[in-house]
Amino acid sequence: MRKILVGVKRVVDYNVRVRVKPDGSGVALEGVKMSVNPFDEIALEEALRIKERGEAAEVVAVSIGTDEAQQQLRTALAMGADRAILVKVTEAVDPLVASRVLTEIAKRENADLVILGKQAIDDDAAQTAPMVAALWGRPQATFASKIAINGGTAIVTREVDAGLETIEVDLPAVFSADLRLNEPRYVKLPDIMKAKKKPLDVVEFASLGVTADVGLKTVFVEPPKPRAKGIVVKDVAELVDALKKKGLV
Amino acid sequence: MSKILIIAEHDGSALNQATARAVTCARQIPGAHVTIAVFAAEPAAVASAAAVLAGVDAVVTVASAANGHALAATLAPQVVALAAGYTHVFAASTSFGKDLLPRVAALLGVPQISDAMAVEGAYKFKRPTYAGNAIVTLEAPADRILVATVRSASFEPAAGGGSASISAADVSAELPTHTRFVSLSAAPKSDRPDLASAAKVVSGGRALASKENFDIVYSLASKMGAAVGASRAAVDAGYASNELQVGQTGKIIAPELYVAVGISGAIQHLTGIKDAKTIVAINKDPEAPIFEVADFGLVADLFVAVPEIEKALS
Repeated sequence: MRKILVGVKRVVDYNVRVRVKPDGSGVALEGVKMSVNPFDEIALEEALRIKERGEAAEVVAVSIGTDEAQQQLRTALAMGADRAILVKVTEAVDPLVASRVLTEIAKRENADLVILGKQAIDDDAAQTAPMVAALWGRPQATFASKIAINGGTAIVTREVDAGLETIEVDLPAVFSADLRLNEPRYVKLPDIMKAKKKPLDVVEFASLGVTADVGLKTVFVEPPKPRAKGIVVKDVAELVDALKKKGLV
Repeated sequence: MSKILIIAEHDGSALNQATARAVTCARQIPGAHVTIAVFAAEPAAVASAAAVLAGVDAVVTVASAANGHALAATLAPQVVALAAGYTHVFAASTSFGKDLLPRVAALLGVPQISDAMAVEGAYKFKRPTYAGNAIVTLEAPADRILVATVRSASFEPAAGGGSASISAADVSAELPTHTRFVSLSAAPKSDRPDLASAAKVVSGGRALASKENFDIVYSLASKMGAAVGASRAAVDAGYASNELQVGQTGKIIAPELYVAVGISGAIQHLTGIKDAKTIVAINKDPEAPIFEVADFGLVADLFVAVPEIEKALS
């Protein structure tokens, strides 16, 4: 295999508890810590391991975002990606638009494999991998927890509601990484220095000929309804008593 | 009028309850006409189960050997072919729906609304983002097919008592051969209720500290007639298998009673249990965030408290 494309999304760090803006226009992102989407880190780690096993020649990290997303691409380069592409947009795009962009890049790069996170932890949409596979006309293996490349095919184990499903797909294909696919490596300082010299191309969104408007409108953003405050019971007897009163046990 | 096509989820013989929950969501659209599509090698049994759901107007079956296993790449072109003539395509937001529907949406050239949790209009839905910390109201264009996955925890399953007609649909679509089913390693069948639909769930977290210790979660669950769940930390550590994971990236559930044993309550876990009617938390750390959402909190050593609860229930 020649080339693996990996998606890298800049998202609010998973430790941050986001706050909804009082005017309902969105969530407050000012001064909030941003990171690589954790599932994308797993996707990248898997691509790097495939390359390190000698089964791929190059790993390319792609992000769709503002200039600030270059930080996350530098992290991807420090982890070991060979080069990076930033498709520059001014605001967040719908997963369908992101999928059109990634499909266009996959075609231009002649990628053999695209690995994405199974979902981004900001919009939690979990759409992009199957959408890219559809638009590109390729197989998909979502929620991957194990990937084995065998020349022109791959055997992928998927985490599904019933347990673990294994499928075989022809390459090129699109995979989405689940939590237990691997444990991403830590970035070391010398790698961060090296990453500064690796190529990072910036591509203007407009140059890709992708339609940005998909017609989906965000009307309003609100915080979830809070749960009623509970009580602390002093011992097991009180707990069991309370549950019996509610008819729960 | 809204004509809604719901893709049935099943294992070849039984209809998944998540589909009945999607029916309830569809019925909340004013004037909806609801059709369930059953793609299977032998759809008869599943179609019969779908036809008796209250609020279902029609069931269509697409029988094909290629539909013996639910592969998104094989099903998507068939769903697209069937979708003409419908205004909405729904499926439950399970691993099945999440795999299939975005592929369908992309082939149709339309965006998808994931995890619809409330119906605000035929083309207007609420959905959770940021692990449930920001609820977004989205409006889709009315001149295109609307594709949506339905968040099971937000809707009760449709009742029985219906009697929809069942007919075979003639779907002509070119099916790819690039994706092949190999095997499914499912948890052994047990008398225990299914985690996704159980009325009671007992979940264990990292504090269980080993796979052996996790048995006390199973034991309490058996005593209560409850399903077993686990936090991500417990699954990552190998104490419990992946299909038991509850949370943002696992199952989102809404049982009557949820008992969190030794679970600290990361926001990613809390989003999976917020719709539970009653939450019980047992944790020895009084500062654990799980207590913020618990209706009944017990600050105690789980290894002492859990056997005590079991004894008290005997």
